Amino acid sequence: MIQHRSHIYGVIGEFESPEQLVHAAAKIREEGYRYYECYTPFPLEGLPEAMGMRRNMVPLITLIGGLVGGLGGFGFQYWVNVISYPMNIAGRPLNSWPAFIPVTFELTILCASLSAVFGMLALNGLPQPHHPIFNAPRFSHASSDRFFVCIQARDKKFHLEATARFLQGLSAHHVSEVQDD
Amino acid sequence: MSASQPPIDSPEIRRLTPVLAPGHTYSSVTDKISAIVLTRPISLGWLIGFVLAFSVFGVLNIAIGWLITKGVGIWGINIPIGWGFAIVNFVWWIGIGHAGTLISAILFLLNQKWRTSINRFAEAMTLFAVACAGIFPLIHTGRPWYAFWMFPYPSVMGIWPQFRSPLIWDVFAVSTYGTVSLLFWFVGLIPDLATLRDRSTTKLKQIIYGMLALGWRGSARHWHRYQSAYLLLAGLATPLVLSVHTVVSFDFSVAIVPGWHTTIFPPYFVAGAIYSGFAMVITIAIPLRKAYGLEDFITMRHLDNMAKVMLATGLIVAYGYFFEFFMSLYSGNKFDVFLVHQRLHGPYSPFYYALILCNILIPQLLWFQSIRNNVIVLFLMSIVVNVGMWLERFVIVVISLTRDFMPSAWGRYSPTVWDWATFIGTMGMFVMLIFLFVRVLPAISIAEMRELVAETSEEHK
Repeated sequence: MIQHRSHIYGVIGEFESPEQLVHAAAKIREEGYRYYECYTPFPLEGLPEAMGMRRNMVPLITLIGGLVGGLGGFGFQYWVNVISYPMNIAGRPLNSWPAFIPVTFELTILCASLSAVFGMLALNGLPQPHHPIFNAPRFSHASSDRFFVCIQARDKKFHLEATARFLQGLSAHHVSEVQDD
Repeated sequence: MSASQPPIDSPEIRRLTPVLAPGHTYSSVTDKISAIVLTRPISLGWLIGFVLAFSVFGVLNIAIGWLITKGVGIWGINIPIGWGFAIVNFVWWIGIGHAGTLISAILFLLNQKWRTSINRFAEAMTLFAVACAGIFPLIHTGRPWYAFWMFPYPSVMGIWPQFRSPLIWDVFAVSTYGTVSLLFWFVGLIPDLATLRDRSTTKLKQIIYGMLALGWRGSARHWHRYQSAYLLLAGLATPLVLSVHTVVSFDFSVAIVPGWHTTIFPPYFVAGAIYSGFAMVITIAIPLRKAYGLEDFITMRHLDNMAKVMLATGLIVAYGYFFEFFMSLYSGNKFDVFLVHQRLHGPYSPFYYALILCNILIPQLLWFQSIRNNVIVLFLMSIVVNVGMWLERFVIVVISLTRDFMPSAWGRYSPTVWDWATFIGTMGMFVMLIFLFVRVLPAISIAEMRELVAETSEEHK
């Protein structure tokens, strides 16, 4: 069994409806599994809570990006007009800040948006062209009409037969092992 | 299709007209939308349309090639009318883009479910419209290869762009708008690209869609962050879209030219942008749903709602015209009063009357439900509004520039064949891109349609 384990990524089960998956996800967590993941064709309401997920880091990254963009944008215009290349035109103030607002605003939005997208991708570990879960035979349905849960072999409670039986007990279909590679 | 619609005179039945026709499942929406891209053969109609659009795109390339060879003298612009078609078309195209962002971001924040089946192609329309818009100021500079001078980069001359100029604000606004629209569109596409990857039958398609999908596997933890990012992008795109046409209006209103120097410009430009954008979404949606049998997804409810948005923004635009007119007279400023006189009786007055007809009078027909529910009339109406919004920009640019303060500085403007070739050429480019888009990417968001299936099936329980 042990030597087997290194070739196995986990055990996957399939559900037909979102409600069944959300229910199963909560049960798996109650059972004491920690390393498991659900795969769904669209975001399910209630699933993050059932899996015990807390807030994620994307909003904070976006806020930081926006602050950097806004402060950096204004600071740069200030530096250009007051320090780097000051031009006295009819005695008007060098730091004519109202005129700097449009560019400051646009840079705030730009940096916050870039941070939101690239922050989300980085936290998700994407792009990642291959993942062991793609070895599951029916996994192509995860992007269309089926809801999957996979309990990973690295979980302390993982035991191939027992975990498979447990998933079947949750009325999962097509329970099968997923090869690691 | 129209035969299966419920009777239009029954408000109860109309209220129940769904945003998604009943009887759809997760796999049926997936099959139907992805089949347009993956399995449907290229039809003769598509081929003819694409070849025509591609030919017109060729005209654009010739026009730009000749422009770069000879310079902007081939256009009808002169002194005092330095802006001409290039700026009229720029403002027109960038305005059209606004509806895409409005649908994808503002209606998302307002939790309007009917946006789901139209947001994807409306966002695509935004991107293509911004691409068309971007061409004009670029080639209008005369030496587009020096366009990078508008970006702040450390040069040996030690100088910087003029950050107090609306034209530089425009560079930042439009390039930010293009970038954020692209991000928003791409993030929305990732799950659908994964669907296409999993359903492709040829190796080449699997590789291309697989690369574009970035390895998306629908993991719940990924969706969790994805939803945060999408919501934040919607929140960021909302003020952005309002700021873009505001900045475009600053190009005019910061100048002291009569007819431009007015504080009503920013809101009235934004309303006009949404007006023309919704008109363009309708212009695209009606043939699209017909050609690809998407009447179940883009229902009469969508067309009806878009027509109502068009009517509402059209009224804001009408309010803008009225107050522009009123304030000019009320101010007593002789240049402003003269401008009103020029609009009504000057050499370009037919354009002004046509503008009032297209943008204010004809759209009042949209008050009638029978008009909103008549697909052909609605399509024609959307064309009329597109024309009207183009005339608006023509009136603003040309009448003000031809008749400013000193009679000795007055002039006349008429576009040359190269102006027309460039303008019509960008339309060819736009249509060509739309044709390519519907063949290679899902024109409706599949993942969001599945959510809609889940929600509607819950409602029926």
